[in-house]
Amino acid sequence: MSKKPSATIDKKPAAPVSYGQAPVNASLTAEQKIELYRQMVRIRRFEERSHRAYTGKNAAGGANIGGFLHLYNGQEAIAVGCCSLMGKHDHVITAYRDHGHAIAVGMDTKALMAELYGKITGCSKGKGGSMHFFSPERNYWGGHGIVGGQIPLGVGLAYGVKYKGHKGSAMAFMGDGAVNQGAVHEAYNLAALWNLPCVFVIENNGYSMGTSQARSSAGELAKRAEGYGIAWAVCDGHDVYEVRATMDKYLTIAREECKPAVVEIDTYRYRGHSVADPDNTYRTKAEIEEYRRTKDPIQVFQAILLAEGVLTEASAEKIDEAAVAEAEAAAEFADASPYPTAEDIQKDVYWESDNPDQRTSQGRLFFN
Amino acid sequence: MPQITYREAVRHALAEELTRDPNVVVMGEEVGQFQGAYKVTQGLLEKFGPLRVADTPISEAGFIGMGIGASMLGVRPVMELMFWSFYSVAFDQILNNAANVRYMSGGQINCPIVIRGPANGGTNVGATHSHTPENVLAAHPGVKVVVPSTAYDAKGLLKSAIRDNDPVFFLENTMLYGEKGEVPDEEYLIPLGKADVKREGKDLTIVTYGRPVIQSLAVAELLSKEHDISAEIIDLRTIRPLDIDTVLASVRKTHRVLIVEEQKPFCGVGAQLTYMIQAEAFDELDAPISRLCTIDAPAIYSPPVEVEQLPNPQRILKAALALLD
Ligand SMILES: Cc1ncc(C[n+]2csc(CCOP(=O)(O)OP(=O)(O)O)c2C)c(N)n1
Ligand SMILES: [Mg+2]
Repeated sequence: MSKKPSATIDKKPAAPVSYGQAPVNASLTAEQKIELYRQMVRIRRFEERSHRAYTGKNAAGGANIGGFLHLYNGQEAIAVGCCSLMGKHDHVITAYRDHGHAIAVGMDTKALMAELYGKITGCSKGKGGSMHFFSPERNYWGGHGIVGGQIPLGVGLAYGVKYKGHKGSAMAFMGDGAVNQGAVHEAYNLAALWNLPCVFVIENNGYSMGTSQARSSAGELAKRAEGYGIAWAVCDGHDVYEVRATMDKYLTIAREECKPAVVEIDTYRYRGHSVADPDNTYRTKAEIEEYRRTKDPIQVFQAILLAEGVLTEASAEKIDEAAVAEAEAAAEFADASPYPTAEDIQKDVYWESDNPDQRTSQGRLFFN
Repeated sequence: MPQITYREAVRHALAEELTRDPNVVVMGEEVGQFQGAYKVTQGLLEKFGPLRVADTPISEAGFIGMGIGASMLGVRPVMELMFWSFYSVAFDQILNNAANVRYMSGGQINCPIVIRGPANGGTNVGATHSHTPENVLAAHPGVKVVVPSTAYDAKGLLKSAIRDNDPVFFLENTMLYGEKGEVPDEEYLIPLGKADVKREGKDLTIVTYGRPVIQSLAVAELLSKEHDISAEIIDLRTIRPLDIDTVLASVRKTHRVLIVEEQKPFCGVGAQLTYMIQAEAFDELDAPISRLCTIDAPAIYSPPVEVEQLPNPQRILKAALALLD
């Protein structure tokens, strides 16, 4: 079974040079290009290390990581490409497959890994877990567990940007399964009706859990935007240059003209839906291998940068080693950090209970 | 008697009802080809085919609403929510449409739908995936709410739920799916609205339902062995209709009540029970009614701390001992 109505595997053998020549890419310095590459490698290595932590045991014989772990392997060019375009007033929100975006906006991998381990040093103090990473100071608004639930929030971020008179945008990421949530459609309509600078990004990896796009969605995904008069595009998410070129166009329109857009980015996930998914009912190993071999975003970009003379085999190797070391250090930090305590359970519930001196309401807030 | 898991018990109930009544259909996300997110529906697609066991898109409002509409025509949909936590996406369908259509039509329209899936904490899936909405659901006249704790109960109650002519919300527990219990081969039904005395005792009554039943039974064993205290364990099994008579009979025997529920305290099931016990058996009580709930905050992710937030044997034991002090 192929992942999409029309499989895209042989669409493009290697990234075409033209996207590299798009102004947003041509203007990059060698250092900046290497930085894009480094980010993708750091995400890949972080995910591999967290997978190892999930399946392994801690010193006490218990699990390092609980609950779900949705890995981003294979999709790195999207988060890195999109987030590399962010300016001061550009915001990001995504679903539960949120580690890549977190690293791409510059969050510290130590705090991310510690969150996975449920430690107090985690980015959400061990309260959110894998699905709920946040960093408002980096304009990163999560990390959301309910499919499609983040999309109206993305429109709200765009509304906030416009209301405050900033020249900026919101990127609202979702999967190909999320497009079938009613909230997404209500959000589209609002964004179009009120001219809000929101770019909806569909990370189309072909499957929502074990359901292929063909089995879950009628029609073409991005094209649904037409019904709302919203501009839309489909692009190849295996090539970070193409992601940047496409997204730059729509982000610019959003910032300059306050217009929304829907961009569907074609991609693939290598791992199961979450680490617990045995991944044996809905796709073949051969399909996964084919993507890894021919479309891997890191390999594709490495080939481009080698051809451009920006990267050498040796420098690529160094970047990889550093990323492995960084992920290892993050795991060590997480492992050594303390857990929250039972007293922490009722902290961070209300602003008022965390700031009792400034409380203005009366009456009881908690009931045990 | 054969031992089967809670998961298998639910599956067998579905299979038997699919076989018995051609109006029964099973729908939900990943229930077919993927064999169920928690493997409850494993094998059903192969056995009953895609018309009876259907995979839906991730559109809870759409497919739950569709099930409600189909039930008005006499189809008997059994809809799986991958987690009950996602009911909020379909809230309007569940609580405006399913709960009200009979009343608003002056009794002309029935809504024989079952919505089932897990509703529990304890697997570190965080605040968005750990809701226990039995109290919210049961607050709506017109609906029935079932929370089984054992394989035996799960099977007998689900079969009754599927045959019921009103909307029944069936809340399972991922922590219990692997638990084994004795389930006879012969067909049986358990009526909705009948509590079960899971253990008889004379010193205190623990009223509970769902996973805390299993924990309370373990605590009762400890109380008996180490403290010479005899605890009666009442498993409500159904939240609405509520078998208050069984609870009151026990109160008249033990005169002390501890309510244990895996839910936040405010307006929880225990609050309703407490009101009813004091209203109908005030003079029987030798101590204020005690209540143990999930600690009042959104579900924390951190695995060892989530254990502390939920009812657990240590917390139940402490509460039971304090009640007898
Ligand atoms: C409202 C809701 N329904 C169901 C789920 C369970 N669930 C989590 S992820 C997922 C699949 C989503 O697929 P997609 O949108 O394609 O994103 P991907 O996982 O491929 O990144 C499902 C069904 C959920 N979290 N929220
Ligand atoms: Mg997907």
